[in-house]
Amino acid sequence: MQIKPILAALKRHKAGTLLIALQIALTLAIVCNALFIIHQRLDRIARPTGLDENNLMAIQNRMVGVEDKESGPLIRADLAALRQLPGVEDAISVNSYPLRGGGWSTGVHLNADDKKSKAHTTLYFSDEHTLATFGTRLVAGRNFQADEIGEADPKEVGDPAVVIISKALSDKLFPDSSALGKPIYIGDTKKPSTVIGIVERLQVPWNGNWSDTFYDNAIIEPYRLVSTFTNYMIRTKPGQLSAVMASAPAALYKTNRMRVIAPKNGIRTFAMVRESAYRADRGMAVLMGVVCAVLLGITAAGIVGLTSFWVGQRRKQIGVRRALGATQRDILSYFLTENLLIGTAGVLMGALLAIGMNLWMVTQFEMARLSVTYVLVGVVALLLLGQCAVLAPAMRASRVPPVEATRSV
Amino acid sequence: MFAYYFQLGLRSLRKNPLLTALMVLAIGCGVAASMTTYSVFRATANNPIPQKSSQLYVPQIDNWGPEDAAENKGEPPQAMTYTDATNLIRDHRAKRQTVLYPVSLSVVPNDAGLLPFMENSYAWYGDAFAMFDIPFLYGSAWSVADDNAHADVAVIGRTLNDKLFHGANSVGKDINLNGHTYRITGVVDQWNPSPLFFDVVNTNAFDDTTEIFIPFTRAVDLKISTNGNNNCNKDPGQGWDNWIRSECIWLQYWAELPNTADADAYRQYLNGYAAEQQRSGRFHWAPNTRLRDVTDWLDYQKVVPQEAKVSLLVSLGFLLICLINTIGLLLAKFMRRASEIGVRRALGASRKEIYAQFLIEAAAIGLAGGLVGLLLTGLGVIGVGLVFQPDIAKLATLDVKLVLLTLVLAVVATVLAAFYPTWRAAQIQPAWQLKSN
Repeated sequence: MQIKPILAALKRHKAGTLLIALQIALTLAIVCNALFIIHQRLDRIARPTGLDENNLMAIQNRMVGVEDKESGPLIRADLAALRQLPGVEDAISVNSYPLRGGGWSTGVHLNADDKKSKAHTTLYFSDEHTLATFGTRLVAGRNFQADEIGEADPKEVGDPAVVIISKALSDKLFPDSSALGKPIYIGDTKKPSTVIGIVERLQVPWNGNWSDTFYDNAIIEPYRLVSTFTNYMIRTKPGQLSAVMASAPAALYKTNRMRVIAPKNGIRTFAMVRESAYRADRGMAVLMGVVCAVLLGITAAGIVGLTSFWVGQRRKQIGVRRALGATQRDILSYFLTENLLIGTAGVLMGALLAIGMNLWMVTQFEMARLSVTYVLVGVVALLLLGQCAVLAPAMRASRVPPVEATRSV
Repeated sequence: MFAYYFQLGLRSLRKNPLLTALMVLAIGCGVAASMTTYSVFRATANNPIPQKSSQLYVPQIDNWGPEDAAENKGEPPQAMTYTDATNLIRDHRAKRQTVLYPVSLSVVPNDAGLLPFMENSYAWYGDAFAMFDIPFLYGSAWSVADDNAHADVAVIGRTLNDKLFHGANSVGKDINLNGHTYRITGVVDQWNPSPLFFDVVNTNAFDDTTEIFIPFTRAVDLKISTNGNNNCNKDPGQGWDNWIRSECIWLQYWAELPNTADADAYRQYLNGYAAEQQRSGRFHWAPNTRLRDVTDWLDYQKVVPQEAKVSLLVSLGFLLICLINTIGLLLAKFMRRASEIGVRRALGASRKEIYAQFLIEAAAIGLAGGLVGLLLTGLGVIGVGLVFQPDIAKLATLDVKLVLLTLVLAVVATVLAAFYPTWRAAQIQPAWQLKSN
């Protein structure tokens, strides 16, 4: 390949060469980091909650005009009404649920005297209908029995005798065996709780960075919380969701009018909960995707534009070369090689820039380290993009007739 | 001359419509991306109370000790215990002060046919209204005597007043909240600072307007628990009384300190207070306190969402690439006209005139790019809701300032990008060009 003459020619176009290389470098740096952000966000969105999401809905309910302590019977009456509704599979009152945004979290200890907790977890408080409502599968042990369920003011919750935990938490607490039947200490208590059941999966209520280290760790405690504020979670029979969305609040108001179900976010299908929880993540992924696409388009167009200019400028020289015996292929490969050289310089700079940019973002935005795969994929993509972009002007160059050599201008 | 060069520029741009369109589009996209993300950044990085932001302070006291602080770069907790908050109120060392927490209050309409409804509500001290410069439509804040008497009084917002009293002056009338009756002392006019600086910890800094305020002392009497975060490092024990005596943190505290001397004195007071708690055996560590004003506090609480910062940065990078692209294309475009420049120079045009001609041409491209950018920014601002939470997205608006900024940015950036190509064009030797022709 005739690299030497290409380098000699490029020396006469220092500015143009540098500009294309710089543009490729910056594009690579931004595209790599953007793709990385997209991947991270999509990964997070893809996390399963462990729930039967298609048939679930949530109602945020606030009793009015009663004290916390008086709301126990009201909640029980609500649950009875909801469970009787046609189309309802099961229903619970629970302090929170996956992706809701707010909830309880605490550390879990293996011994009463351990200073440091073994794992962090979220706490869900509800009754023996929880598993049937969530639609999460029991992989070991058993469900709560009705006589194990207590009622307690949120400020007076004691240590439960029995709990059900998620498989992820079990694996974290007992990496080599199962937590089933073992005592665990929830919070800084001295009283152990025995694990009687393990569910396949149950996500925490949060989906931000801070809960990333324990997003699958959950404990279900057998308490119905007696509070004027509660969340009802309803699982419907397949296909009945929209019907129950309408009938459930009506049934609640019929049981007792003195309540507030907020018009905004008061009644939501789980799809709506998910949409709202991941809006920022999905939006960020879309935004980065659009930026990548436009950026690649503009860089490609820039290469086309500048190469076309060079081809126009060199028509006479191309004609001379053709007259001296260079084939169309030679001319084509000249421009392709030229672009490859510039592109290689650009991606080398760009790879360094991409990694540098990521390292800086790691310190500024609690972002993860960029994996080298992204850089490699980006390098290949940009080199290919450059070759494709240069193809049309290079073809035009190769079609310059030898007779051009004899023309002036 | 300007008009002539402008015409020349337009003519030259029409000669290569594709190249021109490419430059205009690139600049338009770059500017639009930057401006759209900037509109969000500007809204979230806003100073919500500029006239007083350096006089309002959040004190923090480390009541959990170095072990917990170490997990947070040595910083004390971001909220306060009931014990510390009430002690600070009692000592009354600032010009004005308040403790506050979000409560969940449901309005029970007198009309039995209407359903109860919920409004964003806060429990705080009467001082807070003057502290935060809250404008009143009717009446005023409740008095210090009301605070001390744990009185059943309330201040409501304009929207709620419209809903309940059809906009009439409701001062002195009763309102039923959670089944308790409160006497209205005032109606607040539109007041929705953004970011919601007074309670960033519990609201993510962006929320609907607060429509109900009741005295803190009364809320605690009624055992209304916080509607926001409650964090405990130890089991508080059972029941309300144990909880408010515990080391659980759930309260925000604000102090008004008119000048830096006052702030310094308050800092000393906080350290003295913490030292006293250490002596009394409650704290087993040296005083670790902070006093941050509004801007510092919003900064520390990272009110500007990470998404807003990252997307602004990426967009600026995008704009930079678009400009590099423009430099390359302008270079190609100008150098192609080497012979034309040669002729002009030979006929007596000075370098300065060449500069003027090409920079004006570039400015025309920039202006066109700015117009395209404006259109795209408009679309972008509408589309912000796809990326950000609705509470934040609605703050991003296309106002006159943003429109001007978009156009100026586009023109200035393009002219800057055109400097190098223009310089190259001005360097062209007339003799060479004439000879080769």
